[in-house]
Amino acid sequence: MHSRAILATLVVLALLLALPWLLPQFLPANQAQFWTANILGRAIVFGIIAMSLTFLATYGGFISLAQMMVAGVAGYTLAIFVDGALPRIVGGWGYAAAIPLSLVAATVMGLVVGAISVRTRDIYLLMITLALAMGVFRFIETNIAWFNGYEGIRNVVGPTLFGLDFRNAFVFYHVALGTAAALFLGILYLVKTPFGLVLQGIRDNPRRVAALGYSVGLHRIAAFGVAGFIAGCGGVLSTIYNIGISPGSIGLGATVNILIMSVVGGLGHPAGAFIGSLIFTVFDTFAATIYDRDRFNTLIGLVFLVIVLVSPDGAIGIGAKLRRLLGAGRNHPRGAEGSRASQQQAGEETTP
Amino acid sequence: MTIMITRRAALLGGAGLAAGSLALPAIAQNAPIRIGGLTTLEGPFATGGQDAFRCVQMELERINHTIGGRRIEFIRESSNAQADVALARARKLIEQDNVDIILGPLSGAEGIALRDYSRTLTGKTIVNGSSGASDTTLRNPSPNFFRFSTDGTQWMAGLGRHIHGMGIRDVAITAGDYAFPYAQVFGFNLEFCRLGGRVTQYWAPLGTTDFTSQIAQINRSNAGAIVIVHGGTDGLAFMTQYAQAGGSKPLVGGSIMADQTMLSARGPHRRVMMGMLSGGPIADIIDDPTWNDFVARYRRRWANEGGFASPSIHGVNYVTNLYGILAGLRATNGDLSGNQAAFQRAMAAAEVTAPTGAAVKLDHNRQAISDIFLNRIEERGGSAVVVAFDRARAVNQTLGMPEAQFLGLGSPSRDNAGCVA
Repeated sequence: MHSRAILATLVVLALLLALPWLLPQFLPANQAQFWTANILGRAIVFGIIAMSLTFLATYGGFISLAQMMVAGVAGYTLAIFVDGALPRIVGGWGYAAAIPLSLVAATVMGLVVGAISVRTRDIYLLMITLALAMGVFRFIETNIAWFNGYEGIRNVVGPTLFGLDFRNAFVFYHVALGTAAALFLGILYLVKTPFGLVLQGIRDNPRRVAALGYSVGLHRIAAFGVAGFIAGCGGVLSTIYNIGISPGSIGLGATVNILIMSVVGGLGHPAGAFIGSLIFTVFDTFAATIYDRDRFNTLIGLVFLVIVLVSPDGAIGIGAKLRRLLGAGRNHPRGAEGSRASQQQAGEETTP
Repeated sequence: MTIMITRRAALLGGAGLAAGSLALPAIAQNAPIRIGGLTTLEGPFATGGQDAFRCVQMELERINHTIGGRRIEFIRESSNAQADVALARARKLIEQDNVDIILGPLSGAEGIALRDYSRTLTGKTIVNGSSGASDTTLRNPSPNFFRFSTDGTQWMAGLGRHIHGMGIRDVAITAGDYAFPYAQVFGFNLEFCRLGGRVTQYWAPLGTTDFTSQIAQINRSNAGAIVIVHGGTDGLAFMTQYAQAGGSKPLVGGSIMADQTMLSARGPHRRVMMGMLSGGPIADIIDDPTWNDFVARYRRRWANEGGFASPSIHGVNYVTNLYGILAGLRATNGDLSGNQAAFQRAMAAAEVTAPTGAAVKLDHNRQAISDIFLNRIEERGGSAVVVAFDRARAVNQTLGMPEAQFLGLGSPSRDNAGCVA
């Protein structure tokens, strides 16, 4: 079973790697490029940020609304320090130095968010992380000296990798995909380590974990640090994708978008983040083509409402339900297992 | 295992769903010219964005969607006045809808983002819609970005001098905290401070709804007039709250304040806006036959379909830029081959007449040099209208200052608002 899961992961990964070459087979060249960079690439980048939320929610039970802000901290750090950005705030750093610095900044911001919110749960955690996100957003929006206010910092074009221009759709897509895959597998590994197991213990029963002698607070803060690092990777990529960053990229709308992606995809497994962000990106891009241009937000809202109504576990839950139905119909032995995702959601999966 | 299958299925499902909705463009020899319209149908400038599309549609209908023997297809997209959303929509227009030319965007930060994007394109042209940040064309201009409309700094030409001439020495300036108001305040201050005027500035982020504390401070100050550089819903909120607070100082408006988008909204703000002075590229009443004809056509076309009493500033700016595109297409007979080189050269050399009757030509940065009107809001026939009472001709982007000296003043910003004596 386990080796088959790994096999399936590899098959999906290979398929995604080959997609830029498969798409031109049935789409005109410019549309294939559009799908590669601006649907799939964008979905992967925002999927990474959504995955940082999914990671916290799935394995720690924390819903944080600060993840887009943390990603923005990485994006702004990059834009402030990297050479070529306009206006020049600090500048002069190469991408090789500025990107690690951005990731450190995001991780630190993640730890700070974790430390500030360490004693809150549920709705209060939601509120305090939202307040932090909006506080940073407003600060950045009104600060000219460091963040250039409302206009933000432009012209962050990305590095040249082994002689390949980052603005090339294929290069961007594969870097985003590679980063996402590494982070995804990293999370699956991390949750099996002692740290990950304690984290899941905290989700299920923090008092018992504390009684066993683990520091609940420190583990929580560390988990937010990990999520901060993940969000930071997404933030760096999204800043390069958008050729810069402005406060609108981390505002309330963007924050809620990340939550929508996570919920629509399903909070039961890190993969849900990517499914959610793909659904979101497709509708965000094409809703105006499908539906009345003045009212297309209505369609987006309705689609998300339907997904959440039909399956509280998101898109991932729909798949699991279908499989359960099919399994029950065929009386398949694996059918009885049900969805690993929904078991986790209910907190039934115990640590070994 | 389960999850992996689900993931793949959902991926394919999502892709299939979207693929079903795609119209594949026909690529033929005499294919239509595809122009992508990008404006804001959401967010604070939604009403201005709607009017921009109204005016563009009217002018395309007038030429029967045909130029140089080629059909024009107009594809509409909407952003919400945020740079990254505008960028995503522009990418969709260029790469998915395969447009040749983008007409847009509407607001300042979007304009700068699209200017940077246009630099990464070959064989595509972005022609501004109504965005008015000066740096879009003044600093680091892009060869693929054209602007036939004047910028926010140009729109204030003559206003500072006029206010000073009225004997007012102190003004309070309340403005949005982003590129376009910076440019407007810069243009006002450049004249007003040079003549010895003093200004106190109050900034508020775009999307502010509560101006009561600002209004309280301004009403207590000794300012002889208030210069209000807000637009859209922000402007409406400020004016409504100012009227409710019983404000009575003389008012000077930015170019998107004294506009039909504001005057056609109902509320107490209309009373205090009587007599407001402003500068800008349009007025409701301009003594010019071209303008009278444009307004008459606008009213006939849109009177029963949600149009304003008179075309808005955004509508006129979009149309002025559309005229630039059409002039370029007419000169080259609709030929966009050779990476649009001939078309871009023709546009750079084009001289067009804006709907207001103002002559427009481009400078070496592909930025308009055109006429600016000095306006007053008056009561005519029971409704408030903006009346042009003076006109500055051929105002350039540096307000007549040598370019090197103007650039030496630095980019307009909150901390560099042009108030140099």
